[in-house]
Amino acid sequence: MGTFNDVIALIYLASATCFVIGLHLMNAPPTANHGNRLSALGMAVAVGATLALIAHDGTISTTGWLMLAVGGVLGSGLGLYLARTVEMTAMPQLVSLFNAVGGGAAALVAIADFIRLAGILHAPTIAARISVTSVLDVVIGAVTLSGSVVAAGKLQGFIPSEPIVVPSGRIVNLVLALALCAGTGYILSGANSDVTLIGIAVAALIMGVIMVLPIGGADMPVVISLLNAFTGTAVAMAGFVINSVGLIIAGALVGASGSILTKLMADAMNRSILNIVAGGFGTGDTASVIGAGATGQVRSVGADDVAIQLAYAQKVIIVPGYGLAAAHAQYAVKELADLLEKRGVEVSYAIHPVAGRMPGHMNVLLAEAEVPYQQLKTMEEINPEFPRADVALVIGANDVTNPAARRPGNAVSGMPILDVDKAKSIIVIKRSMGHGYAGIDNELYNDPKTGMFFADAQAGLRAIVAAVKTLVGVD
Amino acid sequence: MDTSLITDVSIFVLSLLVGFEVISKVPQTLHTPLMSAANSIHGVVIVGAFLIASTAHDAVGYTLAFVAAVFAGMNVVGGYTVTDRMLKMFQRRPAAARSEATENGGKS
Repeated sequence: MGTFNDVIALIYLASATCFVIGLHLMNAPPTANHGNRLSALGMAVAVGATLALIAHDGTISTTGWLMLAVGGVLGSGLGLYLARTVEMTAMPQLVSLFNAVGGGAAALVAIADFIRLAGILHAPTIAARISVTSVLDVVIGAVTLSGSVVAAGKLQGFIPSEPIVVPSGRIVNLVLALALCAGTGYILSGANSDVTLIGIAVAALIMGVIMVLPIGGADMPVVISLLNAFTGTAVAMAGFVINSVGLIIAGALVGASGSILTKLMADAMNRSILNIVAGGFGTGDTASVIGAGATGQVRSVGADDVAIQLAYAQKVIIVPGYGLAAAHAQYAVKELADLLEKRGVEVSYAIHPVAGRMPGHMNVLLAEAEVPYQQLKTMEEINPEFPRADVALVIGANDVTNPAARRPGNAVSGMPILDVDKAKSIIVIKRSMGHGYAGIDNELYNDPKTGMFFADAQAGLRAIVAAVKTLVGVD
Repeated sequence: MDTSLITDVSIFVLSLLVGFEVISKVPQTLHTPLMSAANSIHGVVIVGAFLIASTAHDAVGYTLAFVAAVFAGMNVVGGYTVTDRMLKMFQRRPAAARSEATENGGKS
């Protein structure tokens, strides 16, 4: 018995090692795939060891096996189906959904264990190490579950992506927080009350919704990353509850990774995490400035002008943004780039750290369209190249190109931007003069060098491709 | 305080530090796959779902274990699959480009 449990513990250690080395291998694109596979292997080993442990202990009933098998197969099948069929543009919300169920599972583990203990131990109280971590697990897990579902809903468009101000949200939050504290205090005082724990879970679920609703769509990547870190922490707490070192290690790893990633993303947008969660950005002033946006002097151009300009350029830098992702235009942009390259035009892509909805979102999308990895340049690499570019083609990107960021005193001040305005000429494909998430005018559009091509990214690019073919006659 | 709690807390803190160290070096290009990979790793909570199933002996316990198993299974399998799909896009290209080139060569 003792030896068997030792072996299982060592197997868990091996799988935790797989997770760490797997994450380490994700440092570089060539080894990233091996990293993920190794991590998956570690997971398979952990699951296998757990099954062996359960079988060996023999406490599980037939119904228990049935629940485990049917539930596991059902969930895995659903996850596999969604992961296989989702379009790459919808991938951020899928990750958010997977994160939500992970948080939910972590909360359920603590609830189930607490109810079991409360049922068995009538007289003695549940040890503080279990009750404290149970409450933490349930609160964090439940906030993650509802918060991630709201975040996914906002990205998918089920819930408006604009910041939604919850009526007297602060007061509701305060009341919920007080209820949470009271419930926690009651449990820690030694009451084995599972009803209280469920009440805490419900309060935390409501808090998750109230937390994410007032945050605008632009900040969703940061929020998803933050909630990812939350889930990691919740899983680590679940590890304390059921005394599983494997869960503690893996949960802490994810908690740390999510926090780092969240900070990197927030830094790239020149915002603090606190600021984002407080939901201040672009909440109030968007409506008041919309009218002023269209009045600036703007030069509008058509597909033919753009085609000629691009076809006779030597160096073109493409600046993709969320508009490209929303219009599924990654294939169209690749087609245009191929056409230009055939004519000997040097094409590269400028990827801003927060372009799209997640860091690296643009890279994934463009990789899907098989854009060569070498053509994707980071902001630091590409900025010195803009002065040499004949044309900067901005597709659905806004705030990350706004020169106003170099001056203090506005919503984008201090945010690192792509030096698009330093190119010899600029073409912006955009549906309207509408604002980016920062809710301010983009001075780039009023630049005399800038031509605005008002179109949906996909339709606009197709029109340009057609125009290049007919006017310049490539193949 | 019992020693096992101290050991668990030590493991927790050290794992946090390992996580910070391992992850802060990942290039920005891989941030989305990384977030997805980290997301699948916390699917290890499936181990917890299995363990609560093993101690469940009434309807409430079974229901909770069932839902937890569905959730965690979705997290693990979906997470790894979608990460794999993202990463394949970075990998597949040289092969695809080559096959395209040979195709074009054959035609001309």
